Amino acid sequence: MPVIEAKNLSKVFGKNPKHALKLLDKGLSKEAILKEAGNTVGVNRASFSVEAGEIFVIMGLSGSGKSTLVRLINRLIEPTEGSILIDGEDLARMDKKSLRRVRREKMSMVFQKFALFPLRTILENAEFGLEVQNAPKEERRKKAEKALEMVGLAGYIHQKPGQLSGGMQQRVGLARALANDPEVLLMDEAFSALDPLIRKEMQDELIDLQSSMRKTIIFITHDLDEALRLGDRIALMKDGSIVQIGTPEEILVNPANDYVERFVEDVDRSKVLTAQHIMKRPETVNIEKHGPRVALERMREEGLSSMYVVDSKRNLKGYITADDASAARKNEIGNLEEILKNDIPRVDKETSMHEIFNIIHDSPIPVAVIEDGKLLGIIVRGSVIAALAGDAEVNIENA
Amino acid sequence: MLNSMLEFVPRIPIAEGTEWVTEWLKEKFSVLFDPIKEHLGNFMEFMSEDVLMLIPPIIFIIAVALIAFFISGKKLGLAAFSIVGLWLIYNQGYWDHLMNTVTLVIIASLLSVIIGVPFGILMAKSKIAEAIITPILDFMQTMPAFVYLIPAVAFFGIGMVPGVFASLIFATPPTVRFTNLGIRQVSKELVEASDAFGSTGAQKLFKVQLPMAKATIMAGINQTVMLSLSMVVIASMIGAPGLGREVLSSLQRSNVGTGFVAGVGIVILAIIIDRFTQNMNKKKA
Ligand SMILES: Nc1ncnc2c1ncn2[C@@H]1O[C@H](COP(=O)(O)OP(=O)(O)O)[C@@H](O)[C@H]1O
Ligand SMILES: [Mg+2]
Repeated sequence: MPVIEAKNLSKVFGKNPKHALKLLDKGLSKEAILKEAGNTVGVNRASFSVEAGEIFVIMGLSGSGKSTLVRLINRLIEPTEGSILIDGEDLARMDKKSLRRVRREKMSMVFQKFALFPLRTILENAEFGLEVQNAPKEERRKKAEKALEMVGLAGYIHQKPGQLSGGMQQRVGLARALANDPEVLLMDEAFSALDPLIRKEMQDELIDLQSSMRKTIIFITHDLDEALRLGDRIALMKDGSIVQIGTPEEILVNPANDYVERFVEDVDRSKVLTAQHIMKRPETVNIEKHGPRVALERMREEGLSSMYVVDSKRNLKGYITADDASAARKNEIGNLEEILKNDIPRVDKETSMHEIFNIIHDSPIPVAVIEDGKLLGIIVRGSVIAALAGDAEVNIENA
Repeated sequence: MLNSMLEFVPRIPIAEGTEWVTEWLKEKFSVLFDPIKEHLGNFMEFMSEDVLMLIPPIIFIIAVALIAFFISGKKLGLAAFSIVGLWLIYNQGYWDHLMNTVTLVIIASLLSVIIGVPFGILMAKSKIAEAIITPILDFMQTMPAFVYLIPAVAFFGIGMVPGVFASLIFATPPTVRFTNLGIRQVSKELVEASDAFGSTGAQKLFKVQLPMAKATIMAGINQTVMLSLSMVVIASMIGAPGLGREVLSSLQRSNVGTGFVAGVGIVILAIIIDRFTQNMNKKKA
């Protein structure tokens, strides 16, 4: 069962929102409705579900309705229509008391501009969620300290937020959200106000934390890099509607429409990154020395389902698959020639990311990087995505 | 011809109406007004004559100077001014008058704050309340101050209590306004944060909004206290005792000298009160 499920969730700002919803039904655009009825469509019929332990990223340009959507999830904004199920309970129809209970026990929020209480110390900030639950002082202090420790702020607990840098302030924001151990974390552009280096650091840290805490996280961003790095799945928003939901790979490979494609082009680092930056050292077998038996053994060792075949001078001869090799061994075929395949996706060192991307998404096997007929390296799909997601620095030394 | 158009409607009896309403209120609410008059009157008399006037002036002056020293961040200026100023008032033989005025100001501004802050909170929490209260506050503040003396006398007779009443009407608006303003100025994100963690309305108010609005509210209270002082002086016209009465009687006797001295006494008190409330604000902000 999903932890959070939104069904037909809508928010229209302004007077007489139901009327505006009817206009939406008639197929009027957000713009037309603003002109005709004076209403702003914040979120238009959003439906999605988020599984436990997942990082669900909601991405879209500024004004596309991300903040509104995330605030509908904890009902900081009243929905005009639709429901939000959390563990099966409909938040949209809850009375105030139950709503407070859900907010206290099940979800916490991290804000774009941190929203720390400036007059409270770091510790008191982290204690806030427990304080409103009237938790005993001892307990609340312990839990807050633990949360602060998790985000690496153990030494600062008696300072005021104003004394800390932006990155550290957002760690406090994160600790405050984690202190009451919620099931769900809502993060509205939590890292957007930070400068790029700190931002990356925070992303890495969130990934680290997530590997141990396994929260359900709804993460809002306008930045595709960030979405690709963090998201298990990504929902793309435009003009209040969700236009596509999928894994990072699905989104990159099969952009649902122009809008998504344009987004993807944004991340295309073809101008700076080429094949040589992301290729890996290939595992190969030597056609002059090895037969199907060795090939099979090597594939098993490396956990691969196919492998490139070269000669002693590293000239690329083709590739073999594990299935073929195993059949060949059964039929007592001694060399690789007979099972060699040649439909190899090839690029050279200078091929751009964009082209590689187009090649790789049709290809069942890694792309070969060739120079003068020799196999220099291979590119797997994962490294293309990682590179697009901005992880390429780590591999640049490979070039 | 044109003039007759103006006289189409005979004079509307607003004055009579007001008088009638006041009479009516006085009659119907005398159960309320009379005990207030009695108890508050007794209490204030007790406070000025049996508490403040019994403190030896030298102790009083030293205490004020010490508090001044600490709330101004251990600077000597305000403390020195307090010593010299208060001593001068003592020296001129106005000490008892000063104590009366101080009593009036303290009680009047305390009541203003006690009444004003909740109304300010109400305004901040409800748009409707804001729409209703704002014009009332405007009206209260634009009326010439001594107009309030008339209903004050009608309800409470003469003396300290009607002075306090007039001062309440005249001096409460800044506290209401600034409380409203201070709460509304709290950033939307902080309010969202407190909601997102499941605060109740009261928790949000006491843990987030009021602490954040404190500096603004204190600025309003400072204004309220200063207005109270000015009203308390005017209230000498309806028999409120204190420095104001000295000014008034000098005026009636064209006695420039004593009028000036009593006036200087009021200025000294005003400066001390103003700096005290301002510094309390700074220290906590
Ligand atoms: N309180 C509001 N009143 C009216 N319109 C609003 C309000 N909040 C947001 N909007 C509008 O709703 C749309 C979505 O805004 P928002 O959710 O903040 O977008 P994002 O977070 O993706 O930048 C925008 O057109 C914005 O102007
Ligand atoms: Mg936003």
